[in-house]
Amino acid sequence: MKTYYNPEDLKKFGQIGDFEPNLAKKFFDYYGEVFKEGALTAREKALIALAVAHAVQCPYCIDAYTTDTLEKGCDEAQVMEAVHVAAAIKGGAALVHGVQMMNKYKELSM
Amino acid sequence: MLKSLKARHEKLSDTHHQLAILGETIPMGTEPHAFTQKLREAGLYPLVPTQIEIFQVNVGKMCNQVCKHCHVDAGPDRKEIMTRDTMQQCLDALKKTTAHTVDLTGGAPEMNPDFRWFVEELSALGKKIIVRCNLTIIVANAKYHDLPDFFKKHRIEVVSSLPYFSAAKTDSQRGEGVFEKSIKALKMLNAVGYGIKDSGLTLNLVYNPAGAFLPADQQSLENEFRKKLRDGFEIEFNNLFAITNLPVSRFLEYLLASGNYENYMEKIIAAYNPVAASNVMCRNTVSIGWDGFLYDCDFNQMLELKVTTPTSQHVSTWDTHALAAREIVVNQHCFGCTAGAGSSCGGTTA
Ligand code: SF4
Ligand code: SF4
Repeated sequence: MKTYYNPEDLKKFGQIGDFEPNLAKKFFDYYGEVFKEGALTAREKALIALAVAHAVQCPYCIDAYTTDTLEKGCDEAQVMEAVHVAAAIKGGAALVHGVQMMNKYKELSM
Repeated sequence: MLKSLKARHEKLSDTHHQLAILGETIPMGTEPHAFTQKLREAGLYPLVPTQIEIFQVNVGKMCNQVCKHCHVDAGPDRKEIMTRDTMQQCLDALKKTTAHTVDLTGGAPEMNPDFRWFVEELSALGKKIIVRCNLTIIVANAKYHDLPDFFKKHRIEVVSSLPYFSAAKTDSQRGEGVFEKSIKALKMLNAVGYGIKDSGLTLNLVYNPAGAFLPADQQSLENEFRKKLRDGFEIEFNNLFAITNLPVSRFLEYLLASGNYENYMEKIIAAYNPVAASNVMCRNTVSIGWDGFLYDCDFNQMLELKVTTPTSQHVSTWDTHALAAREIVVNQHCFGCTAGAGSSCGGTTA
């Protein structure tokens, strides 16, 4: 193994079942259900997945959901707005803790 | 402006070279003749026609556009166009069949000087006529501005490509300024009644992906296009056909040059759908080239894979009986027709 990430490995995702088939099956069935057209469209779900992929910084998911959102008819502006949503929430999540920091700061200060 | 593969003297303009790539550079773990194998598994091999219902006539490779994905390798530098004599042979052949529809394609079919004559003759035969209009031709030159009226006069079904409802994605595939001109042309078609409810004048749009990916679900794309074109441009249309790009000619060039070829082939092979395989368009269509030769479909035509009927390879020797019993020529490019929800000139098939 020369690198931790290899694009070819994405295609082998299904093979995780080789080591433990039951849980893999449950996971992939669940995964398939989740992404079906429902109260949210498959397209909206793909955009959410793309945003989450950036938040969790998973290269496999970014690869998969860039393709998927393209295949669902999204354009540059839409995919980038989804990434900004992830960035805003991640940035906001860091920043909002500033309130906690301020509380502690004030608690310790005269 | 981009030039055709032929004008650039690219090796890929040689169909043998394209077929060699399709046959040899197959993705890891895929059998050669994989498509044949799939058909065999589905009990569809050899693939035969169901009935000849549609004549798809390619009246020439000349086009005012040079789209990056064009499987025809069309463009202003292509001079191959159908003569009136060959059109007459098509009309004669048509009379020998029960085909109800004639689908005119190109290039830009309207650029053929005998296009209007041919349409009038077809109209007199009472056939349903489809014209694959690239939209921009309508605004390209004053002599084409009356095309919407001409189409209307002959109740032609207009099928037009619009890869996206924004300029950036449309122009990246079809050329600078194409989106704006297409919108203008769509408005002209709407103005004479095309795409308008209850007018009886059909305007269908074709979506095909601007890149190395598969099309989205046809219905959701149609909904999205309808909303965006209506809200943004007050444009109406009837249906949207989602079409997969086949790895032929300039789309093959794009796949190879962008390093996407293997992945794309893997993708369309993995998405093989046997239901789509039983509904491929070559089963009810015969495709006629600008020089009168016969093919199973427009893709086979561009790969110069002629029909397998030795006595009836040209429209001048049309033999309905032999053609209806022919074996359809398939190759790896066919995976484009059977991926996912399937793909044909009329959109999805499964
Ligand atoms: S895709 Fe159509 S409009 Fe574009 S170059 Fe080819 S024939 Fe012309
Ligand atoms: S590419 Fe042509 S011959 Fe092959 S399946 Fe599609 S329509 Fe039929």
